[in-house]
Amino acid sequence: MFGDYSVGDLGAIFAMQAFAGLILFSVFVLMALGLAIIFGQMGVINMAHGEFMILGAYVTWMTKTVFQEYLPSLFAGYFFLAMALAFVAAGALGMLVEWTLIRHLYRRPLDTLLATWGLSLILQQAYRSIFGAREVGVELPEWMMGSKHITDTIEVQINGLFVMALTTLITCAVAYIIYWSRWGRQVRAVVQNRVMAGAVGINTEKVDRYTFGLGCGIAGVAGSAFTMIGSTSPTAGQLYIVDTFLVVVFGGAASLVGTIASAFTISQARSTLEFFLSGSMAQVLTLLAIVGILMLRPQGLFTLKVRK
Amino acid sequence: MSHRNGDNSGRRGSGWLTPSRRNILAGIAALPAMSLIPRTSFAEAPATSVVNTTGLAVTDTEVTVGILHSVTGTMAISETGSVEAEKLAIAQINEQGGVLGRKIKFIQEDGASDWPTFAEKAKKLLVNDKCASVMGCWTSASRKAVLPVFEQYNGMLYYPTFYEGLEQSKNVIYTGQEATQQIIAGLDWVTKEKGAKTFYLLGSDYIWPRTSNKIARKHIENHLKTKVVGEEYFPLGSTQFNSVINKIKLTKPDVIYAIIVGGSNVAFYKQLKAAGIDLSKQTLLTISVTEDEIDGIGGENIAGAYACMKYFQSLDNPNNKAFVAAFKKMWGEKTVIGDVTQAAYLGPWLWKLTAEKAGSFDIDKIAAASPGVEFKGAPEGYVRIHENHHLWSKTRVGRARPDGQYDLIYETKDLVEPDPFPKGYQ
Amino acid sequence: MIKTPRFLKRGDLMAMVALAVLLVVILPMTLDVFRLNLVAKYLTYAFVAIGLVLCWGMGGILSLGQGVFFGLGGYCMAMFLKLEASSVANTKIQSTPGIPDFMDWNQITQLPLFWQPFHSLTFALIAVVVVPTAFALLVGTAMFKRRVGGVYFAIITQALAAILTILIVGQQGYTGGINGITDLRTLKGWDIRSDHAKLILYFVEVACLFACIVVAILIRNSKLGRILVAMREKEDRVRFSGYNVANFKIFAFCAAAAFASIGGALFTLEVGFMSPSFVGIVPSIEMVIYTAVGGRLSIFGAVYGTLLVNFAKTSLSESFPQLWLFGLGALFIAVVLAFPNGLAGIWRDYVQVHLVRLIFRRRPPPGAVPGWTDDSVADAAAAE
Repeated sequence: MFGDYSVGDLGAIFAMQAFAGLILFSVFVLMALGLAIIFGQMGVINMAHGEFMILGAYVTWMTKTVFQEYLPSLFAGYFFLAMALAFVAAGALGMLVEWTLIRHLYRRPLDTLLATWGLSLILQQAYRSIFGAREVGVELPEWMMGSKHITDTIEVQINGLFVMALTTLITCAVAYIIYWSRWGRQVRAVVQNRVMAGAVGINTEKVDRYTFGLGCGIAGVAGSAFTMIGSTSPTAGQLYIVDTFLVVVFGGAASLVGTIASAFTISQARSTLEFFLSGSMAQVLTLLAIVGILMLRPQGLFTLKVRK
Repeated sequence: MSHRNGDNSGRRGSGWLTPSRRNILAGIAALPAMSLIPRTSFAEAPATSVVNTTGLAVTDTEVTVGILHSVTGTMAISETGSVEAEKLAIAQINEQGGVLGRKIKFIQEDGASDWPTFAEKAKKLLVNDKCASVMGCWTSASRKAVLPVFEQYNGMLYYPTFYEGLEQSKNVIYTGQEATQQIIAGLDWVTKEKGAKTFYLLGSDYIWPRTSNKIARKHIENHLKTKVVGEEYFPLGSTQFNSVINKIKLTKPDVIYAIIVGGSNVAFYKQLKAAGIDLSKQTLLTISVTEDEIDGIGGENIAGAYACMKYFQSLDNPNNKAFVAAFKKMWGEKTVIGDVTQAAYLGPWLWKLTAEKAGSFDIDKIAAASPGVEFKGAPEGYVRIHENHHLWSKTRVGRARPDGQYDLIYETKDLVEPDPFPKGYQ
Repeated sequence: MIKTPRFLKRGDLMAMVALAVLLVVILPMTLDVFRLNLVAKYLTYAFVAIGLVLCWGMGGILSLGQGVFFGLGGYCMAMFLKLEASSVANTKIQSTPGIPDFMDWNQITQLPLFWQPFHSLTFALIAVVVVPTAFALLVGTAMFKRRVGGVYFAIITQALAAILTILIVGQQGYTGGINGITDLRTLKGWDIRSDHAKLILYFVEVACLFACIVVAILIRNSKLGRILVAMREKEDRVRFSGYNVANFKIFAFCAAAAFASIGGALFTLEVGFMSPSFVGIVPSIEMVIYTAVGGRLSIFGAVYGTLLVNFAKTSLSESFPQLWLFGLGALFIAVVLAFPNGLAGIWRDYVQVHLVRLIFRRRPPPGAVPGWTDDSVADAAAAE
């Protein structure tokens, strides 16, 4: 298929394809980070993760509507406020859910799956009742649209750059919180041995609640960012759930580095395959490869050795 | 037999006949109904025993129809508009005195975006509720699921969506376009007006886009003698299009021919714009994006694209103006009306006109009387039912504006004949 | 205490009689054919639910991919029925008569090789059980031999469901795509769509259901069943006792798959079509929910749970189409939080106790209550 093109063309395509892979990588990391915290650190299978993302998307849409109505002069910057609000809203809902639902189920991880599935149904219907069944369009400020010409043939998408920057920022923040902050040490202590952590004076309930809230909040930010590239409708969250879980599981549940590495592998594989095959087959092959590798290496790419 | 569970909704019409014996009882059955309800106010209406010989839910004052769409699940996004349009049409018909002197009462069921549920609910509407007709379904899969039910229990379905063709049934009136009506005129237009030589075909991975692209490819290669440079399918709900956008940049087609549906649409057009493909320069022709979808995509992301439909909300004719005003009055100023919504609106009207032409609600008579029924008040202008139960209608090309509406660019001079089994395209 | 070996305990027998009275006498007497056909449709899911009791409730292996086996079984049946419906006489208008209509639409001019054997009913019936079970064996062996378990297994099976859905939808020339295989009419010339046929099929299905229940009870009451429970509680101890844990897990998973496949095949017969919407993630999780509502440890509970959830779904969506998801979601949460043992647990803890008191005048017989359940989820969880 490359016969007809000049070397320059091919170089440009190669560069843009690499960039497309990087965008997909950022998207995956952003999707998976929240879940990596909730599932990886706490062992809770949050099937409503996608719905928390969509909550972030709807918050963004509401912020947009408010700005369009009342503050059109500040429209260029609304997205930053929207992301902050999305974090707060999803995080708050997450803490509420942890308090009412999840904390009763820490001993039964598989049951969290069922309960959060029920939650996701309720949230979907709630979005439908509140925002209507139709998709809502989230309009972006002018500066976030379009692309930048690097050379004549190579262009990079501004919203892609934005997602990449956002992902880097959030990943660094999460890494700092989990690995270097005092609170992060408490989180890891609770994960490794809940009883012992309680015995040395850590308020495990509080740690759990904030950890869950943090994970959901990041999901909210991810959802907010995804309004740039995807759709916002009551059921859109379901589209993300399988990909997200696979990224986390493939990376090795308790490892942040693993999540990032697995997001990188999966995104590059898919984006390359999509270039050579049709979209459907690319997706099937990537999923099959992941499942195959997981059978050979059940604990994922990176494992954390913990005494249980 | 009992209707212990059938009665729970309290919304049923006169479904007091059991299905298996309805033929025998039909004549007798009409008698108690007539004696129970005084017929003073409907003196002009023909007797129930005359218009309903097969035990449908028809009384002297009312006739029951079903509405069967998804109001929950992923398809609720698309089907909401159809439900709204059908309710509007029914309300308007009732205002004008109903059908054969009887008010229309509707029973709404939720298909829940799940094909077996559609089949189950269709059966309920026909067997339990005895609906005289059903307006419903949206996806091909849901229609395929209910079709055997309608044929077995002899119901009448008015199906609103443009679809892939390859089907024709006595029990269905297809108020949307079949594939050739939507595709061929559009391709001819784009070749003539834009001088297009190369096409890149895109679609969601299921039967409608695949069949439509097949017809498009045949037309492009065999009739227009131009070239297809790529053909790609994506799983429903896919949100990543950067790779294919790169491929499009590589192959530089004259026309991107896109049949992407649902949430994927939003992702596709947003990413297309972000990748710097300017739709005011790059010709993109779609048959899957109506005004409804643009609401989610955002007008600014798709402005400049061409869509091939039979109806646009912006059509400038008195029928459409009245329709748009009535629709907005009923469902809010902000709602938009797409091609399918309009086609759904035709359903109840065509059924009313057919019933009046046949002088009966009997399914067999409706099916027989349908060919040739004309609806002059259609928002799209004028439609007529073909012998194959599809509609004669015009094909139109519109160009998307940033405000989410289409400007009409081109329309066929005459009505295009529906041809669900096109020779040379299979 | 030495127990006399008995295949069916008295409690099981009583429960079976009660279920038989409900399914064979009460429901057919009170419901019209339309509603009875709905019950038949629900009951096909009960096969899956019973399988999940073995695999998840007893063995502790949560599979989120039961839809795969349900679907494979259903597709095997549907392929046979479709071939029968696509006789040359019925498909004269096609460019290639004698092949299913969807193949003709996709320019396939010859019946694909893997469709050929499905001309035979015997082959199809064998394939209904063998194909899904073999697939389960493959997946199970690959996973359990490498000690993939728990959450990982659940997520991988979920991914399998996603893969198979995309494949079926994508290969529409061979599978019918998203529409599935529709318009199935006759079985060996017998019209399966008539009311009479529906009635007969219903009773055939109930018979199959009881056969499966008996098999499941036999498994549960055998030594095998006890090892499964032991494995769920403390896998390592079972392993150290010299048992090959993986093999038992594979067995439970395959048994669940076989049950699901029978359900799928019956579904195809009852409803008259099969589509990829049963293979996906959502139906697979819903099937787990049926089991959870019924009580994940109770074989009979699974049947009642399936019926209850589906009845609720149908009637709620008939009367409040916009609201039924709220109810369904709340039901999931309630079952997990408040009633981890589901209906069976409620029965055991609240109803049966009083019944026994009533019957035996406040003196339960020594040797405890004849129960549906031998233990409970909450107890198991507390023991961890």
